[in-house]
Amino acid sequence: MLQKMYDWIDERVDITPLWRDIADHEVPEHVNPAHHFSAFVYCFGGLTFFVTVIQILSGMFLTMYYVPDIENAWRSVYYLQTQVQAGQIVRGMHHWGASVVIVMLFLHTLRVFFQGAYKKPRELNWMVGVLIFFVMLALGLTGYLLPWDNKAYFATVVTLQIAEQVPFIGEMAKTLLNGDPSIVGAQTLARFFAIHVFFLPAALFVLMAVHFIMIRKQGISGPL
Amino acid sequence: MKRGKGMKFVGDSRVTADKQKFIPKDYSEYPGRTEPFWPNFLLKEWLVGAVFLVGFLCLTVAHPAPLEKIADPTDTAYLPLPDWYFLFLYQLLKYKFASGSFFVLGAIVIPGLAFGALFLAPFLDKGKERRPHKRPIATSLMLLSFIAVFWLTYEAASHVNWEEKAANNKPEWPSEVEIDTSHPGYAAYENSCLQCHGGELEGGPAAPTLIGVEYTAEEIMDIAVNGINSMPADQFQGTEEELQQLAEFIVTVNEEN
Repeated sequence: MLQKMYDWIDERVDITPLWRDIADHEVPEHVNPAHHFSAFVYCFGGLTFFVTVIQILSGMFLTMYYVPDIENAWRSVYYLQTQVQAGQIVRGMHHWGASVVIVMLFLHTLRVFFQGAYKKPRELNWMVGVLIFFVMLALGLTGYLLPWDNKAYFATVVTLQIAEQVPFIGEMAKTLLNGDPSIVGAQTLARFFAIHVFFLPAALFVLMAVHFIMIRKQGISGPL
Repeated sequence: MKRGKGMKFVGDSRVTADKQKFIPKDYSEYPGRTEPFWPNFLLKEWLVGAVFLVGFLCLTVAHPAPLEKIADPTDTAYLPLPDWYFLFLYQLLKYKFASGSFFVLGAIVIPGLAFGALFLAPFLDKGKERRPHKRPIATSLMLLSFIAVFWLTYEAASHVNWEEKAANNKPEWPSEVEIDTSHPGYAAYENSCLQCHGGELEGGPAAPTLIGVEYTAEEIMDIAVNGINSMPADQFQGTEEELQQLAEFIVTVNEEN
């Protein structure tokens, strides 16, 4: 049955090459923890992706309850945390996932760095990876404000003060993030929400796609 | 490009048999036992993922995500802190050589150099050698930055009393009581009680909130005159009629909610 469906689609849109690109390749011995336990270091990248998927899914569920306005943001999070079935778990996953993804990214970066895996021909992929790291940090920064509790508010005030002191572009950057030259309030929350939920994930998806396409194209780096 | 079934591939499926341009070393040239990604290796990856997920869920169950009080811009005592992965930058900006008139050095030049070097690492470390001990400069710089970031984070975190901070900022549903300032008793409240019990009856360091109290008007009048617990006597100053209005006012606020 499945084979028939596959053949039916394959006949029309020729998906076999696509399938080959995604899944039909050999995994060399030196990255396989079944053969060398130390090869677990190659898991960090995959686990980063896994946690990213957790973040996307839990984040999608959080937006079902979250209200991005200063009157209701905190109340909606409080309600989610205390009243909603499994709300505490979903929010917990998003909260801790934000930390775990940074840890995993950090470990993955260290693995690639110390193995010198960024050397020719993989320079571009390293740079894309560092950009992913920056996007993740920015996601953490913007997501921190959204519960609109004291921690969120004051951390953002400090961040904006730092941004403001940057020479030449500081004022503009602050206004762009803040929505207002001085007031940290409704506009700020709306902007951070938009950045956190639309802009940065869009950038992240593009970068991740490029990252993975390049890995498939170039293959994994050889053993040391 | 020729596509589809019958195409011959060498190792990595993107590399066709007759294409010679850029070829990373074929896996068959690596020593040892390769394994097909689908389905053998993917199954193992799923297992690792499942174990990881169980551990991760245990973490979320054991430690619910923290939530503090609703943002209060007037809370001047609050110590602002970023999320832990920004603590090293936060700490860096506290040092004299990186703040004040050296702000640009601390906020832009140092992080810019560090992250710029990370971004451009492949072009700064161009040698053919990949082993860490064969490229001592790259390795030692990375180790140094790692130690620096770790130490800065530790310095920032160790000076914070996290438990006290959490205890002082427990989430409370903000009061939604409407205070009717046109009530005749409000003037008496303003004169005699507001200083300790607050403009919204929310209480203060020296006195509890008056929202949610279950006293009758007579009891309130008695407390206002004779005090209760740590509240001294004779706090109320005014006429008997004002005292009556004051008690009614407090009772009304509590009846409405």
